[in-house]
Amino acid sequence: MSASLQAAVQEICQACGNDRTRVMDIVREVQSRFGCVTGEAMDLIAKTVSAHRVEVEGVVSFYAFLSDQPKGEVVIRLCNDVIDEMAGSERIVRAFREALGIDFGQTTPDGRITLEHTPCIGMCDQAPAAMVNDVIVTRLSSDSVWAMVRELKAHMDPKRLVQKLGDGNNAHSLVHAMVENNIRRSGPVIFADLTPGDALKKAVAMSPQEVIRDIKTSRLRGRGGAGFPTGIKWDYTRSAEGAKRYVLCNADEGEPGTFKDRVILTEKAELLFEGMAIAGYAVGAETGILYLRAEYAYLRAFLEDVLNRQRSRGLLGKDVGGKRGFDFDIRIQMGAGAYICGEETALISSCEGLRGDPKNRPPFPAQKGYLGCPTTVNNVETFCCVARILDKGPGWFAQLGSQGSSGTKLLSISGDCKSPGVYEVPFGVKLREVLKMAGAEEALAVQVGGPSGQMVGEKDYDRSICYDDLATGGSVMVFGPQRNLLHVVSKFLEFFVEESCGYCTPCRVGNVLLKERVDRILAGQGEEADLAYLQDLGQTVKMASRCGLGQTSANPVLSTLKNFRSMYESLLRKPIDGKQLSFDIHQALADAQTVVGRQSVHF
Amino acid sequence: MSDTINFIIDGVEIQGREGQTILEAAEAAGIYIPRLCHLKGLTPHGSCRVCTVLVNGRPQASCTQPVAEGIVVESESERVQQIRRDIIDMLFVEGNHFCMFCEKSGNCELQAMAYRFGIPTPKFPYQFPKRGVDASHPDIFVDHNRCILCGRCVRASRDLDGKHVFDFVDRGPHKRVAVNAEARLADTNLDASDKATEVCPVGAILRKRVGYAVPVGKRLYDEKPIGSDIEAAKTK
Amino acid sequence: MAKPKVATTSLAGCFGCHMSLLDIDDRILKLVELVDFDKSPIDDIKEFSGRCAIGLIEGGCCNEENVRVLQDFRKHCDILISVGDCATMGGIPAMRNNIPLEECYAEAYLDGPTVHNPSKQIPNDPELPLLLNKVYPCHEVVKIDYHLPGCPPSADTLWEALVALLSDKPVALPYALIKYD
Repeated sequence: MSASLQAAVQEICQACGNDRTRVMDIVREVQSRFGCVTGEAMDLIAKTVSAHRVEVEGVVSFYAFLSDQPKGEVVIRLCNDVIDEMAGSERIVRAFREALGIDFGQTTPDGRITLEHTPCIGMCDQAPAAMVNDVIVTRLSSDSVWAMVRELKAHMDPKRLVQKLGDGNNAHSLVHAMVENNIRRSGPVIFADLTPGDALKKAVAMSPQEVIRDIKTSRLRGRGGAGFPTGIKWDYTRSAEGAKRYVLCNADEGEPGTFKDRVILTEKAELLFEGMAIAGYAVGAETGILYLRAEYAYLRAFLEDVLNRQRSRGLLGKDVGGKRGFDFDIRIQMGAGAYICGEETALISSCEGLRGDPKNRPPFPAQKGYLGCPTTVNNVETFCCVARILDKGPGWFAQLGSQGSSGTKLLSISGDCKSPGVYEVPFGVKLREVLKMAGAEEALAVQVGGPSGQMVGEKDYDRSICYDDLATGGSVMVFGPQRNLLHVVSKFLEFFVEESCGYCTPCRVGNVLLKERVDRILAGQGEEADLAYLQDLGQTVKMASRCGLGQTSANPVLSTLKNFRSMYESLLRKPIDGKQLSFDIHQALADAQTVVGRQSVHF
Repeated sequence: MSDTINFIIDGVEIQGREGQTILEAAEAAGIYIPRLCHLKGLTPHGSCRVCTVLVNGRPQASCTQPVAEGIVVESESERVQQIRRDIIDMLFVEGNHFCMFCEKSGNCELQAMAYRFGIPTPKFPYQFPKRGVDASHPDIFVDHNRCILCGRCVRASRDLDGKHVFDFVDRGPHKRVAVNAEARLADTNLDASDKATEVCPVGAILRKRVGYAVPVGKRLYDEKPIGSDIEAAKTK
Repeated sequence: MAKPKVATTSLAGCFGCHMSLLDIDDRILKLVELVDFDKSPIDDIKEFSGRCAIGLIEGGCCNEENVRVLQDFRKHCDILISVGDCATMGGIPAMRNNIPLEECYAEAYLDGPTVHNPSKQIPNDPELPLLLNKVYPCHEVVKIDYHLPGCPPSADTLWEALVALLSDKPVALPYALIKYD
């Protein structure tokens, strides 16, 4: 084992040029070949790439899809987000337990199959869903789980689980997935046709500054959620000092309830890569990196193929778009299961082979980003907009949408609605119209922007989807009248607790404390003062956290306290005789009663 | 001087220099901004967030935020102090801080910070996590119960000692400091004379056989609050 | 006018905080002029004789008996004060809080190096209060009005706090009197 491990690690490192910054690729490959990255493997990797063992351990222990303990040949990761739960994932949980005879977090005694939970895998419109290694299985039922487990035990080949292929490129031989696109509404920006090369050729016919000027004129803002003006970001990147510049595409779509980038990657990858090449031309970069979340690994071979096609069309590689001297190519960097890597500086850390910790700002990525060089990080959808703007003109784009928010927006709609899926709508559309499109007129509440966004109710349905009102990176989760919104809040907090990088105090500790108090109220042990406690604590987490995760993780609490306060109030109780409601003497004595074998004399 | 940067902290006009952080410029002017992860001589970390201030109304860590001409900084206001108190409370309930037998008591910066803020007891529920102690090294021990994840040891070992004895592993609430070995500090190249052994603000990294050397009453923070040395420089 | 009454108790504590209260030296004469002691080990009164102005709680809650006494104090006292680190944060007894209770019992009655227990049984005599799953700071069991940390809080801390409360003034302890050790 040891000799073969050594040979394998050396070969894997060699394939990555023994490059310290490629540690993500190295540990992913070791994980996939050996089912874990043992301490011995960490030592070997560290020696080979001139890093310290504890640094490699830091990386391996950071990402959910990496492990220092052996995992099964097949790892089943069942999505445990709230939408999947609403779609009946509890039945699926029971079915997996029974069919495999193990609990979540365990491996079958023969060491072949591991069962785990994972946060949102971007399949909320076809929930409940799971990953089996890289293979996605959707619309699970108890029956399909039993059938899956039988099939796996017989052949140990996850690919055989895909029996019915999805629509569009999901049926492409390199994708071969049962995933469906569910494109419910097409628009002129993302889902319209484009002849490959048209946009890029128009771009390279101009000067880079003119391209940036056009992007500014279009008033394009980042589609990931934060909404920073793309043209200004590029301008900063272009004018910053640096030997090299980089273009990074954030395809780490991890905000629960968001799956629109998955559909773009499946159907509009050419548009995306063309947009990245245009960005490369504009900022003066030779290298682009597509940071692809591990959950979308099933799209990797297909995307590599699209990249090859783009190269053969002359839209990547040397003299791109026929522009002499403009060389630009794109590589794919796989993630390994960490929501925080969707934060742009954490994404850069991850690309550098580090833990996915966000970096301190300033300096901003535009000044010092990937490997210390000026870097622009943009969302998948943003690059698609870029290509369209260059093709159709900034004026055409700017007249779409609303005043402060030009263009269209892809929404991923899921939850209690008749037609979950992806909708391309003009910015400025009223939430009520969106709900009507999706068949969700009965909604009790809508989470706009995913867990880090806002939970709004009926009185806000006439507000607009745009940067200046209801902002969203794409996630729209619908909750019907039968749902317990406090339970939803608790699930969101659980997500943030799991996905916090732990770097700064307020996020690392504060989210745990927020969840504790929400759960206390849910258990009927809350009192009036707990609402002020939640408000103050939420405010501290929001104000003091270092990055966007902590700055928004309290939003589910703060927005429900504002919009659904009565839901909290209906659960509150009044303390009697000064006793703390949260102290449950019977629960506190349960262990002792078992050990000692008698009941309490007092209680 | 041409590189002077004028800005305001809590209504007081301050002159900073290009390249200074808000925390450094304030300190040079005799204004103490509370901090735990920050230590002079180490790369700013920006992790504890105790030094949070409002810069033109936006929260920023003053240990990493550079000074800029004309900024208005809010540091001692009630809402900022509330954030700091909350963070100190969080650090107390996150670990297992048994001050009554800790050798660092009286010289501990976390404890001193709580004293400075007059905190009788944290408002959050204690987590009582299960954490370990590593006493394998002949001269130094690590008690993770007291660790506040400030990263001073990580940075000191890397940047001052030219080693890499410590680093962070795991994430979120499970994040912890690990050593550059299978498990034991004794299996690293840590030397008792390393700077990394001196920088811990709490009692998580301590020298063996020298505990309780200073009598109660004579310790660093028995009489005067943390930061009073910086504030004293102003009144002179 | 009747003097206000003060009650005290030691739950999961070591009586060190009570010792510190006695450590106020000659001020104890003044204290007796200011207050009457009700239920307290100081005068050995076992049950409350009536309503008390102030209850001083030493120690956290490690067993069912502690909880009963603490709830009784809360019922009888206008102001309840957690005195000392055990009351405010669990203190030394709370070091068991990350050890499973079964292991604690086993160490105490079966496996400990000094245990002589031929019956090999954990005693289930009702005289021995059942342990709680962990040691709780008092304010996690009942509402507590003031916290005086320290192991123990100094005599001056106790004196200052008591005098302030008895003269209807806010408890504002100077820097030197808030200490955790």
